[in-house]
Amino acid sequence: MFDMNNGHGITTLRGFVAEFKDEETIIDATKKTVDAGYHNIETYTPYPLEELLDVQHLHRNNVALVILIGGLIGCAVGFFMQYFASVIHYPINVGGRPFNSWPAFIPVMFECTVLFAAISAMVGMIIMNRLPRPHHPIFELDRFRLATQDRFFLCIEVEDPSFDTEKTWKFLEDLNPHEVNKVES
Amino acid sequence: MPFKRDWSLSQKATDIEQVEPYKGDSVVAPEYNNSTITQKIANIVLRAETPLWWYLALAFLLPVVGLLGISVTYLVLIGTGVWGLNVPVGWGFAIINFVWWIGIGHAGTLISAILHLMRQDWRNSINRFAEAMTIFAVMCAGMFPLLHVGRPWLAYWLLPLPNTMALWPQWRSPLVWDVFAVSTYFTVSLIFWYMGMIPDLGTLRDRAKHPVVARIFGVLSLGWRGASSHWARYEKAYLILAGLSTPLVLSVHSIVSFDFAVSLIPGWHTTVFPPYFVAGAIYAGFAMVLTLTIPVRKIFGLEGLITTRHLENMGKVTLATGFIVVYGYAMEMFISWYSASPYEGFMMWNRMTGQYALVYWALIFCNAVSIQILWWKRARRNPIILFIVSLIVGVGMWLERFVIVVTSLANDYMPSSWDYYAGSIWDWSLYVGTIGFFLFMMCLFIRFLPMIPMSEMKMIIPKHRKKDV
Repeated sequence: MFDMNNGHGITTLRGFVAEFKDEETIIDATKKTVDAGYHNIETYTPYPLEELLDVQHLHRNNVALVILIGGLIGCAVGFFMQYFASVIHYPINVGGRPFNSWPAFIPVMFECTVLFAAISAMVGMIIMNRLPRPHHPIFELDRFRLATQDRFFLCIEVEDPSFDTEKTWKFLEDLNPHEVNKVES
Repeated sequence: MPFKRDWSLSQKATDIEQVEPYKGDSVVAPEYNNSTITQKIANIVLRAETPLWWYLALAFLLPVVGLLGISVTYLVLIGTGVWGLNVPVGWGFAIINFVWWIGIGHAGTLISAILHLMRQDWRNSINRFAEAMTIFAVMCAGMFPLLHVGRPWLAYWLLPLPNTMALWPQWRSPLVWDVFAVSTYFTVSLIFWYMGMIPDLGTLRDRAKHPVVARIFGVLSLGWRGASSHWARYEKAYLILAGLSTPLVLSVHSIVSFDFAVSLIPGWHTTVFPPYFVAGAIYAGFAMVLTLTIPVRKIFGLEGLITTRHLENMGKVTLATGFIVVYGYAMEMFISWYSASPYEGFMMWNRMTGQYALVYWALIFCNAVSIQILWWKRARRNPIILFIVSLIVGVGMWLERFVIVVTSLANDYMPSSWDYYAGSIWDWSLYVGTIGFFLFMMCLFIRFLPMIPMSEMKMIIPKHRKKDV
């Protein structure tokens, strides 16, 4: 999508970003932006806003699926690790007890399930969010540092088919923002 | 192109004036909005000067950590014989302290995971702190079994690694389950703690004045930028992690209790152990959260974020879990009579009247009697009373594990082999050393990382107060 800053003082326009002071204004603004037909938009907030996820249709994602798969793999690994050791590799007959005494394997299987699922949750979330990404063009905007504190940002990216330097700027200015800025890198 | 920064944006507004500690009933004091909450918490980490008390605390705790180092060194050089363990008491302080520390850790997971699932928004201001407590407590807990194996450098033998001797762990033993339970618990707690911190690390990156500090937090935050599409996945992953941690925390202490319950020692071989241990763990853990948060909120003036309401709720949880523990004691007594086993009956009678009777009654006082004061609302809302009760409970839960482990072993089936055990000087020094290590790590944590989750606190501020200044 974006290529990194070429470092020679040549800047490319990445998009326009509007800054809002409170959550109601940005929710309202995002609704209007989506209704106006913009697709390549992103909002940046200091904490998750349920309404924005609704407006941007962000509720469907694959995190749960990844965790489920991770957990199932963990469960299988937990079982076969014990099965391999007790039945295949070094079976010991202790008082005629079955080699594959699966009820005694359950605690370790459970722990492996949780371990693998938790690791997939973390790794899955990071990878699907395309993180770690220490630098992003939007960080070039100095005021963007408030996005993790107390301000809310709405960005319309140049990739958007309806992006137009004049109209989009005007559109954002009409959304009652604190200010509108260019994102360049 | 050098990245020019406008430093005035980093710390936009001045520090908020704290006129008087907040005494109201809300979970967030009225002076807090999105801006002030960020300032208040981030400035604890990012302010230029470190308070004097912090250096004093470190100066006091460092020698205690040194004591831990000396105890471990001496133990490794001479062998586990330096502990007072001998037949018939083959399990002493190592397992007592292991269970005690693990238990303390459990409150962190309860607060961060179970209360999150139950949508108890008051947990938002104490969860980070409690999770840090979990991590350090589990570190302390893990030291004991590793040292007790005698040759800690071979501790990796606990893991199922292929080797030329074709040796595998005994999969049917609760001790091996413990290895998996505790290592999983530590890993998952660490993941949960770190993941919860990512947005706040981003905030610190954006507020840091020193470029090096900003860079460190920038790396730690993975470049978090608060995009809504990221929040969506983040929230989902966090919720599911909470759902995973909930059964995990119950399983860990159940498995710890299996170490005892699966054996045939009178006083250990009881079915009530798993729930009784889990409740005891949460009980001790909540007491520890109170012990730590009450001074910290005072020192940092956090009464508006960890309010009286929080203290009261924690007092209630302490009281409730305390009663489950008391039920466990009652069941132990009842079953020792009802089972009609002379060994069980003797064990209970010996606990109450034998050589450890004083310890037993001290434990009953600490865990069953002292918490009765929490029935009174005024006691639950009084930090000093809560602090004292929490200390008493912490001691009581240690005594409980001592009674369980030692009374059953010291006076076993054969009167000819009876003995008296109270730990050697090295047992005590190692125990004190881990407490020092734990407090030392907590000191580092509150100085260098955000101890209250900023992003989560902003979520529970009432809407009308979110208007920007």
